[in-house]
Amino acid sequence: MGDHGPAKGFGRWLFTTNHKDIGSMYLWFSFAMFLMGGVFALVIRAELFQPGLQLVEPEFFNQMTTMHGLVMVFGAVMPAFVGLANWLIPMMVGAPDMALPRMNNWSFWILPFAFALLTSTLFMEGGGPNFGWTFYAPLSTTYAPPSVTYFIFAVHIMGASSIMGSINIIATILNMRAPGMTLMKMPLFVWTWLITAYLLIAVMPVLAGCVTMMLMDIHFGTSFFSAAGGGDPVLFQHVFWFFGHPEVYIMILPAFGIVSAIIPTFARKPLFGYASMVYATASIAFLSFIVWAHHMFTVGMPIAGELFFMYATMLIAVPTGVKVFNWITTMFRGSMSFETPMLFSIAFVILFTIGGFSGLMLAIAPADFQYHDTYFVVAHFHYVLVPGAIFSIFAGVYYWLPKWCGNMYDERLGKAHFWLSFVGLNVTFFPMHFVGLAGMPRRIPDYALQFADFNQIASMGAFLFGFSQVFFLFIVIKTIRGGKQATDEVWENPEGLEWTIPSPAPYHTFTTPPAVK
Amino acid sequence: MSSETHMTDSNDDYEPYYVPEQSAFPILASITLFCLIFGLATFFNQLKADEAGSGGYIAIVGFLGFVSVLFFWFRQAIMENRQGMNSLQLKRSYVWGMGWFIFSEVMFFFAFFGALFYVRNFAGPWLGGEGDKGQFMNLLWEGYKYTWPVLETPDQVVNGAKAVFVGAGAHNSMYPADAHNGLLGWLPMWNTIILLSSSVTVHFAHVGLKNDNRKQFKSWLLLTVLLAIVFLYLQYMEYHEAYVDLGLTLESGIYGTTFFMLTGFHGFHVFLGMTMLLIMLLRAQNGHFTHDDCFGFESASWYWHFVDVVWVCLFFFVYII
Amino acid sequence: MLFFSKRPTIKSLMSVKPFVVFSLLALSFQAFAKSGEVAAGEAQRWVTNMTQGVTATSHEIYDLHMLIFMICVWIGVVVFGIMFYSMIMHRKSAGAVPSKFHESTLVELAWTIIPALILVAMAVPATSTLIKIYDTSDADIDIKVVGYQWKWQYEYLGEEVSFFSNLTTPQDEIYGRAPKGEHYLLEVDEPVVIPINKKVRFLITANDVLHAWWVPALAVKRDAIPGYINDVWTIVDEPGIYRGQCAELCGKSHGFMPIVVHAMEEVDYQQWLVAKKVEAEELKLAMSQSFSMDELYARGEKVYQTNCVACHGPTGAGGVGPTLIGSSITTGPMNGHLSLMINGVQGSAMQAFGEQLNNIDLAAVITYKRNAWGNNMGDMLQPVDVLNHKRSL
Ligand code: HEA
Ligand code: HEA
Ligand code: HEC
Ligand code: CUA
Ligand SMILES: [Cu+2]
Repeated sequence: MGDHGPAKGFGRWLFTTNHKDIGSMYLWFSFAMFLMGGVFALVIRAELFQPGLQLVEPEFFNQMTTMHGLVMVFGAVMPAFVGLANWLIPMMVGAPDMALPRMNNWSFWILPFAFALLTSTLFMEGGGPNFGWTFYAPLSTTYAPPSVTYFIFAVHIMGASSIMGSINIIATILNMRAPGMTLMKMPLFVWTWLITAYLLIAVMPVLAGCVTMMLMDIHFGTSFFSAAGGGDPVLFQHVFWFFGHPEVYIMILPAFGIVSAIIPTFARKPLFGYASMVYATASIAFLSFIVWAHHMFTVGMPIAGELFFMYATMLIAVPTGVKVFNWITTMFRGSMSFETPMLFSIAFVILFTIGGFSGLMLAIAPADFQYHDTYFVVAHFHYVLVPGAIFSIFAGVYYWLPKWCGNMYDERLGKAHFWLSFVGLNVTFFPMHFVGLAGMPRRIPDYALQFADFNQIASMGAFLFGFSQVFFLFIVIKTIRGGKQATDEVWENPEGLEWTIPSPAPYHTFTTPPAVK
Repeated sequence: MSSETHMTDSNDDYEPYYVPEQSAFPILASITLFCLIFGLATFFNQLKADEAGSGGYIAIVGFLGFVSVLFFWFRQAIMENRQGMNSLQLKRSYVWGMGWFIFSEVMFFFAFFGALFYVRNFAGPWLGGEGDKGQFMNLLWEGYKYTWPVLETPDQVVNGAKAVFVGAGAHNSMYPADAHNGLLGWLPMWNTIILLSSSVTVHFAHVGLKNDNRKQFKSWLLLTVLLAIVFLYLQYMEYHEAYVDLGLTLESGIYGTTFFMLTGFHGFHVFLGMTMLLIMLLRAQNGHFTHDDCFGFESASWYWHFVDVVWVCLFFFVYII
Repeated sequence: MLFFSKRPTIKSLMSVKPFVVFSLLALSFQAFAKSGEVAAGEAQRWVTNMTQGVTATSHEIYDLHMLIFMICVWIGVVVFGIMFYSMIMHRKSAGAVPSKFHESTLVELAWTIIPALILVAMAVPATSTLIKIYDTSDADIDIKVVGYQWKWQYEYLGEEVSFFSNLTTPQDEIYGRAPKGEHYLLEVDEPVVIPINKKVRFLITANDVLHAWWVPALAVKRDAIPGYINDVWTIVDEPGIYRGQCAELCGKSHGFMPIVVHAMEEVDYQQWLVAKKVEAEELKLAMSQSFSMDELYARGEKVYQTNCVACHGPTGAGGVGPTLIGSSITTGPMNGHLSLMINGVQGSAMQAFGEQLNNIDLAAVITYKRNAWGNNMGDMLQPVDVLNHKRSL
């Protein structure tokens, strides 16, 4: 291997072993899925614009809800973070590439196939998955359309992709750091990904087990989820949420890492409490394993279980609070400027915290009896996911894009993208708190009249928010194609090895490891 | 290896990391894997709908394709190592990779053990009317008493002959008390002994390799593979007994379900482990592995120990208590 | 440090905007908190907060909700306040010079311990409320609630009273061909009736998939799980009609299985109960009568529209279930048709209607299907035939 650059033609992308190529593919794939999942969401919002059934039949509506959730979670957010990890982790720890480059390519290329299979179910007889992204049995087993079998296998290979991706990331972080880069010198993005990868390896196999049990119940007469045979439908939920809860932190920990990189740069002040950030992340990861049943407060668990899961869930507010306080203290007495990445990061801190507060309210078991399965929950998780995960991804892309392609993005367009998204998002999701508290259940295609007004507002917001994302696509393409030449540092004194290499980052970086002091 | 970095300090005692050239293996593996699962899903659906169709064939093509891609992929990785392209650091990456892969397997089994634990300690007793949650169960399953193994399902107790979920039937469990030929004829115990000793034999093989005693290495490895085969054979016998003599099947309510899913997935992993060890044996025959470069063999043997540990848990939770 | 300041536009923008946004947020919280005090009228628009409900439990939950919410608002005010303060005061464009501090064990400890204490303060009332909710003992009345795709069945244990409760909103309203009524989607043919001031215990289960029985005004929500029973209770303070919905995705018509609770004075409840029993007696008598084709057809159409449309479509053309027009069952032998209706199809959404519909309704709907939509079989079925068939099984 020598100095050569990328191969020519399409083969470059099919056969590549280069972490930057693979990172780019992940990011583009993720964006495509974001648009697809977004279009599904727009179908939902269009139907919910008014009471009554106008555009789609309930059966199709349920498929939209399900596919929207699945595509956003597994297709948009997770691959985006893996893409960022691919681009950044080797550059941040001073490694020549990911630890296992060929497997890295495989992890990526499984995904388009998995999602092709998943989306194709929409065109199958009986329709696609219509049982929610949480696919509770027996709706997803005995009562599911035949396409569920394809869904199950799609989940299997997605899981395989995630596990391989995570193994690669862990091996890179633990084994490929440049000399002198001790664990406690690693950038927080690397730290959060290390912990995220650990979570992924721990819970994706459980998801695989979960869908395998479904497969057996559907096709081979087992009775995991059937009381008549001695099983229990609630068993499904325990297994699913043992995966599902850590999964939601998988979608937020890397976001914490990104924001922890950006805020210090634009506050021109070192991150406050680096060590406590690391410990907080680890505590969140640990706690995430023992809170799963807070999604099941209404299944009728014995009270001891109910209390345990309530207390454990509430505890997560403590380490998460530490993080929020650290970010704010980093800003305090800094010298702040508000470029696009910083705007997205600030919005992240505020809106994620609001989402966290509603999470804390949901954690109060007796109150959850009123919130559960209403739009209040929908509001909660969109506040942590959209301005949480998605905004952090936007922030990260704006922040590192000049490093990747050597050009500055257009700051004015970036700000416009931010403000449109910010307004659109709040108009969409804030009213959902209200309809939820007023009693509107989730996953319904039609609703009683008293919910009409806020739903109308939410739907308009959704189209505004969706439209602003076309802006993002435009900005990114424009930046890749040209623009002001970025300096090596790009920003004023940013921290990290990635800023010591030229912009755009050469195809191979750190073939000789840098020394870190 | 010219330096492209703009760092001024470079390290003297630095050994280059081998980043492989472009490779067609990943994309081929993805395509064949897709073919395999698409075929398999179609096959299962056709089976259920009682239709004829091509699902099975697609799956077989996918499977063969997938296995051959893996074969050539591994072959290339092995050749690269034998050509000395792998730095010590890369070898460590492989070690981390295998370690975390095994951890993911542990978690897969964890899901099934969790399910067993849940039905035995919570769901089952509730169905049988025990505890607060069982208070009103007689409204649904009147007369059902929970026992483990679940020889008669709630469905049976209530619906009699019309029941869909039929339990194993009296004394048709795999517990020692039901063992048909006394404890000595109780296969699981022999299997435990066999699998435990195979962990020891594979360790002896390792010791042999470390001491450059290739004969010891190869013969202990061979013995391990043989033990694995015996284990699989006994497992087959046991399944035969369950299915044919006892009528205990996957469909025998939750007991049959958990029993076969746990032992079945374990058996499948034994098969994988055995295949790995067999390949290592063939490689050893071809002169691969030295005392300081034997990652392939070592990872297979870790995998083997893992399979062994799972069995011990199985033996305890599925057969004994 | 004017040297650093950039374009004045950004500067002025940034100093004002956060402030405006922040005050707007604070104001909306204020409004939100207030709106909770508005009494929960029906079909009220722009409702922004949880109902206070009509039971001691629902009040307690409402208070808990407001308590946690206000704590969060105050934490938010402090946290965001500091944040906006630094965003405004420590701007580079205003010449702020960055400090260098980046660690302090003391404050780290403080903001670990203080939130933990706040959480303990929240956990105390939450725990006590939960314990009360879980105490289902000493109930006066037991009602078994069974979720079906997509209707609820109520069985008054020990009273021989049992009935199904179906959505009554017409398809025309749903599809926008008729104006929507006041209780659009929240109306049923037979509400569940309970007396006030009595401890009513609901034993909740399901017949097919998961459902959840939820009435916000009672603050009762519990999953209905096939094969298991969950018990919850309520004591309603005021007579009234309280509406809720299924709260667990249960398939196509999940949005169309409302719950209506009619709470009345004890005497009215007793009267209702007696009337229900008389009704059942009358029905029993009617079972032995014969009906004319027209009577059966008309009744059958009604039965079909409440029980079958969801799956087989308003014109029998199918949906979740297969088409019934010219199907081998509906135009096949009568006995096969009857057996299918009584037993349903195992492992499919087609339920065993033998236990859900009485013999008259079964006879009527079968007659209807065999003669509607061009099926023109010309034959009919009498309730006694159904009875005889059931006996012969
Ligand atoms: C990124 C994803 C993400 C994140 C980070 C979170 C974070 C949290 N979530 Fe959320 N959640 C989801 C995604 C996420 N959630 C999703 C997708 C669902 C729905 C799944 C489905 O059913 O489809 C869900 C559902 C859900 C439920 C189930 C609701 C129901 O169905 O009835 C609950 C209940 O406890 C809950 C709780 C919490 C809590 C306590 C946190 C905490 O981590 C939040 C902690 C943060 C803060 C509290 C704010 C900052 C802290 C401070 C400023 C310190 C001081 C504060 C105090 C002392 C109060 N979540
Ligand atoms: C990270 C995850 C994520 C993200 C980003 C989103 C984003 C959005 N979500 Fe979603 N959502 C979930 C995760 C997510 N959601 C989950 C897990 C569920 C639960 C599912 C379940 O119940 O099972 C859910 C459920 C859910 C519901 C409830 C459905 C129901 O209960 O029936 C609603 C309703 O409004 C909704 C709306 C939206 C909207 C409007 C957006 C918007 O942010 C989307 C923005 C829109 C776009 C991005 C479209 C942009 C594209 C165009 C404008 C076209 C242009 C085309 C080209 C340029 C080619 N979501
Ligand atoms: C929850 C959905 C659902 C409801 C409600 C429902 N059905 Fe069905 N029905 C089905 C399904 C699904 C099938 C197909 C079953 C199979 O063969 O797998 C079916 C099959 C049938 C058939 C057999 C058709 C054929 O040719 O195979 C008849 C007749 C029928 N239903 C009549 C009725 C009547 C009458 C009612 C109302 C009293 C009703 N169904 C209510 C779902 C439903
Ligand atoms: Cu029943 Cu939703
Ligand atoms: Cu959770």
